[in-house]
Amino acid sequence: MAFDAVLTLRDLGYALGRQILLRDVQLQVSSGECLAVVGPNGAGKTTLFRLLSGEWTPTTGEILFHGRALSHWSVSQLARVRGVLPQSSSLSFPFAAREVVMMGRMPHATGRQQDEAIAEEVMALCDVQRLARRPYTSLSGGERQRVQLARVLAQVWQPAAEGSRLLLLDEPTSALDLSHQLDLMRVVRTVCGSAVTVLVIVHDLNLAARFADRIMMLHQGEAVAVGTPHEVIRPDLIECVFNVQARVIEHPTSGGPLVVV
Amino acid sequence: MFHSRPWLLLILLAGLLLVSVLASLSQGSLAVTPTELWQVFSDRLQGQATGTTQDLVIWQIRLPRVTLSVLVGACLALSGALVQGLFRNPLADPSLIGVSGGAAVGAALAIVLGGSVGGLAGAWTVPLLAFVGGTLVTALVYRLGVGPLGTSVATMLLAGVAINAMTSAFISFLATTAEDVRLRNLVYWLMGSFNVASWQKVLWVAPFTLMSMLMIPALWRGLNALLLGESEARHLGFAVERLRRWVIVLAALTVGVSVAAVGVIGFVGLVVPHIVRMLLGPDHRWLLPAATLLGAALLSLADLAARLLVEPLELPIGVLTAVLGAPFFLFLVMQRRRGQLYGL
Repeated sequence: MAFDAVLTLRDLGYALGRQILLRDVQLQVSSGECLAVVGPNGAGKTTLFRLLSGEWTPTTGEILFHGRALSHWSVSQLARVRGVLPQSSSLSFPFAAREVVMMGRMPHATGRQQDEAIAEEVMALCDVQRLARRPYTSLSGGERQRVQLARVLAQVWQPAAEGSRLLLLDEPTSALDLSHQLDLMRVVRTVCGSAVTVLVIVHDLNLAARFADRIMMLHQGEAVAVGTPHEVIRPDLIECVFNVQARVIEHPTSGGPLVVV
Repeated sequence: MFHSRPWLLLILLAGLLLVSVLASLSQGSLAVTPTELWQVFSDRLQGQATGTTQDLVIWQIRLPRVTLSVLVGACLALSGALVQGLFRNPLADPSLIGVSGGAAVGAALAIVLGGSVGGLAGAWTVPLLAFVGGTLVTALVYRLGVGPLGTSVATMLLAGVAINAMTSAFISFLATTAEDVRLRNLVYWLMGSFNVASWQKVLWVAPFTLMSMLMIPALWRGLNALLLGESEARHLGFAVERLRRWVIVLAALTVGVSVAAVGVIGFVGLVVPHIVRMLLGPDHRWLLPAATLLGAALLSLADLAARLLVEPLELPIGVLTAVLGAPFFLFLVMQRRRGQLYGL
């Protein structure tokens, strides 16, 4: 188990002055796993994401990526095996959607022809093919989100010499309507497999329960539970963490847990 | 229009540049026919200085002037495109956000303190200090205006207003303290015209123009990625810090030498990249070279117009570009209010 861990977090913590935003997070994500991070606002999800994406440096503990400290990876090495999708993007120039997706191929030297073929595939997967020629700036929030997802998928589409690939997604469903939320999570689920590991921050517990292999629940900067959806989505935990009285029933078709408020 | 065949636009722009250079060389108070133009060039290329009127007008007066306007136009348009990429904002312009003002302070300082260095080194202090001033302002506005979600247009433009106020106050202060001869140099330079063109100034500007253009192939990919956001560019494998330093240095360098040579000429850096983006899109691979060519062509044409419009007098070129550029800027601001400018 230990040797195929893509991500290892040891005693991970982050403090801003005297305020502790994240403390003592222990986690191992193994290759091909889809791990969802849930928690109320201010629980430390964004802090965790910034540490994992390398934007912030941990104040305590360490992050190992393929057994090697994250800080020892060069940006160009990371770009070949890791795609990062932040919550919102600020592109204010009228690139065509296809050009934005093609940017995901920038770290790779695979040649224009192959890059274009990959762009077509991921655009079809993300349902943005008909937007290919539209300027990014004319797209709606949800369309932009799907184009950005296609971009990071294009980035990790092919095996890389550096090791199995990782996708970090920060609330990718936030700007989407219900059907596209489900579509997007299905896409993520499809991509996630033997060679691609996914760590996704999700707001909606039911979405996390339905699509993740494991769930980590954060509360006030601490990981209060890590486990399968059945282990984590429990009424007592939800009441303690989200301060909501909820019932958890069995999902009528998938058999997974379903939160009913 | 040229989105699918950008190289065609580059060819057309190169043609436009050639035409505007030839027109600028042959038109003026003394009209020169193409044959005479050819004669002057072939004589000079054979190493003969014939001393005819045509030779004097073309070789000593018009050619340095036209060359300088081409170089400065290229510099200003290129620096505009670079600054807009850096700020991830199509409304950034070196003169609006105070970069030109910073460069002007440096240049004015060098002119007023000038003589103490003397000789060739003295001639270089003007562009050098202009470059230092431009770099400081670019770095300052960048610190103030750029946040994780891109540039706040308001912060950037307000910082520019404040910096421009400070720089013009400082230049006025320098003018009041300068001695007679240096004051005259300063005033001539402040009026910002190409009638002060000389081969020496061409020699200042040319190496930096060429160097900036040679950097385009090394920068365009990173600049494209940077438009997605700084962390996005980093996640695509670009060394963002280094890229940003290069862009700041090149933008300040191109603005600095232009300002040092001919004073502050506004709006070229705003209007030219905008026109190019409308023609072929925002991809820096084509935007940077096309803006360089169009800037060169347009500024040499503008200088020709400045010479011809009110003959025998001459319009200061800065006045002409402001008269054309300021309404264009207002038009962009109005579009922005209606939300039609790139969804800003």
